[in-house]
Formats: sequence, structure tokens, C-alpha cells
Amino acid sequence: MEFFGMVITGIGVLFLLLGNFGILRLPDVYNRIQAGTKCTTFGTFFTIVGIGFLEPEWLWKCILIALFVLITNPISSHAIARASVKIGVPLCDKSVVDKTKEFEEKEEA
Amino acid sequence: MNAKDVPHQGSFRSSLYLFIILMIIWLVLTNSLKTEELLSGLIISLLLTHFLSANYRELGLPRLRLKRAANFIAYVFVLLSEIIKANFDVAYRVLHPKMPIRPGIIIIKTSLKQDIAKVILANSITLTPGTFTLDIKDDALLIHWINVKSEEEGEAAKRISERFEKYLKVVFE
Repeated sequence: MEFFGMVITGIGVLFLLLGNFGILRLPDVYNRIQAGTKCTTFGTFFTIVGIGFLEPEWLWKCILIALFVLITNPISSHAIARASVKIGVPLCDKSVVDKTKEFEEKEEA
Repeated sequence: MNAKDVPHQGSFRSSLYLFIILMIIWLVLTNSLKTEELLSGLIISLLLTHFLSANYRELGLPRLRLKRAANFIAYVFVLLSEIIKANFDVAYRVLHPKMPIRPGIIIIKTSLKQDIAKVILANSITLTPGTFTLDIKDDALLIHWINVKSEEEGEAAKRISERFEKYLKVVFE
């Protein structure tokens, strides 16, 4: 059980590390949020559940926390991204299409 | 969306669901079956149910049906497999020396009507490979795609949202 927990926590930490690489390497805010959301979802989920396996008394609590993270993680990234769009943070040069203007012009019903 | 259009479930029934959910969370958090723990959990859950049931009903959750539950479980499994794919996808793009990205912001349309369904769809899109939701306006979603394969609305929707929409439609209609 202990070994299993360590492996799972290890996988989680590995993905968090990859997420960090992503934040350092990718070119603009939006791409960085991609790395920040995806790798942290997996990373935190596995880290917390792994801790649950190391300390079996906490397992259910850890799963509950992990589920809350899974539900709320996209919301925080969405808030940051939406704010970036509203204040007009530019996309990087590699970008191929930007329909933000078209979207802003839509009438709010 | 107007709250009147939403098919409400019975007020008692929805309160009961909320109470059961709160009680389960309490049991998991306290992790004990002592009488005093159970009693305080009961009181707190009842109080919270009393104050929150109106908000909970406003979400417009549909009545519980076997077909809906089955579709929701199928949806959860699709979502989990997509989350796993998403993580390896991002890891690959980050570690590749040339960084194979082709980012862009596109619009897709959704046919889902209820707010809660749209929220779930938007969150699912954020968790799936290479896409995340920036904004929602009525039936249009503004989406950032790390590897744009199609700029056209219908085609993009097919690649991004269709796999979730078909389940969510059954669950919420």
C-alpha cells in the first residue's frame, strides 16, 4: 500500500513538474494557462490521492478534496483567461486565428 | 435564461437530494459514526438544506431517471479518458524541442439550453486536450485551441464539444 501510494504521488509530482516546464516554455498567457490547467489537474489529483494511500485514514477525505479540485480548477483558469481577453492581452506570433473581436460584437441577449 | 422555463422538481425531493449530499460530505469529513458526530452533522445539514434549497432548485437540475443517470456515468468516463489524454498531450507539446503548437481563438456554437448544462460543457472543454473556454455568450463559446485544426464553427464543434454534448443533452432534457 505504501509503495503504491508513493508511486501515485510520484506520478502526480512529475505532472506538476511538466506543468511548470509548460509555463516556462510556452509563448503567451493563453498557452501557459493550457499547461497550467491540464497538468495541475492530473498533478494535484494524483498527489492528493497518493497521500490518501500513504495514510489510509485520510483516503476518503483526500478523494473528496481531489474531486473539489477537479471541479473548481477549470473555473479559476477560466476566470484568468477571461480577464486576459477583456483587457486585451495579445496572442503570440505563432497564432493562426483570433475570433475575439467577432465574439465581442455579438449582442448580449 | 428564464427560471420559469426550467422543469422544476418537487421542492421536497430536491431538498432531500441536497440533504443527502451534504450528509455524505459530512460523513466523509468526520470519518466516524459516533452519535454526537452524527447528530451535529444532521443539524448542520438540515440548517444548510433550509437555507440553500432555493439556490439549489434554481440550478434547474432535472428529475432523476435511470436513462439520465446512465448517460451521466457514461459522460464521466468519457471525461476521465479525455483528462488523461489531455495531460499526455500537453506533456508531449511541452517536452518536444520544437514545441508543435498552432494556437488560436475560435468560436463554437452549442445547442444546450440550460445554464448548468453550459457550465458543465465549458468545464469539460477546459479539461480536454488542447482547448479551454474563455467566455460564453448565449449559445456561443469562445475557445482557445492550442493546435487549431479547423476555423469553421461546425467542424470545430465536431472535434471539441460533440462527444460531451450528446451525453449532456440526454441528461438535461
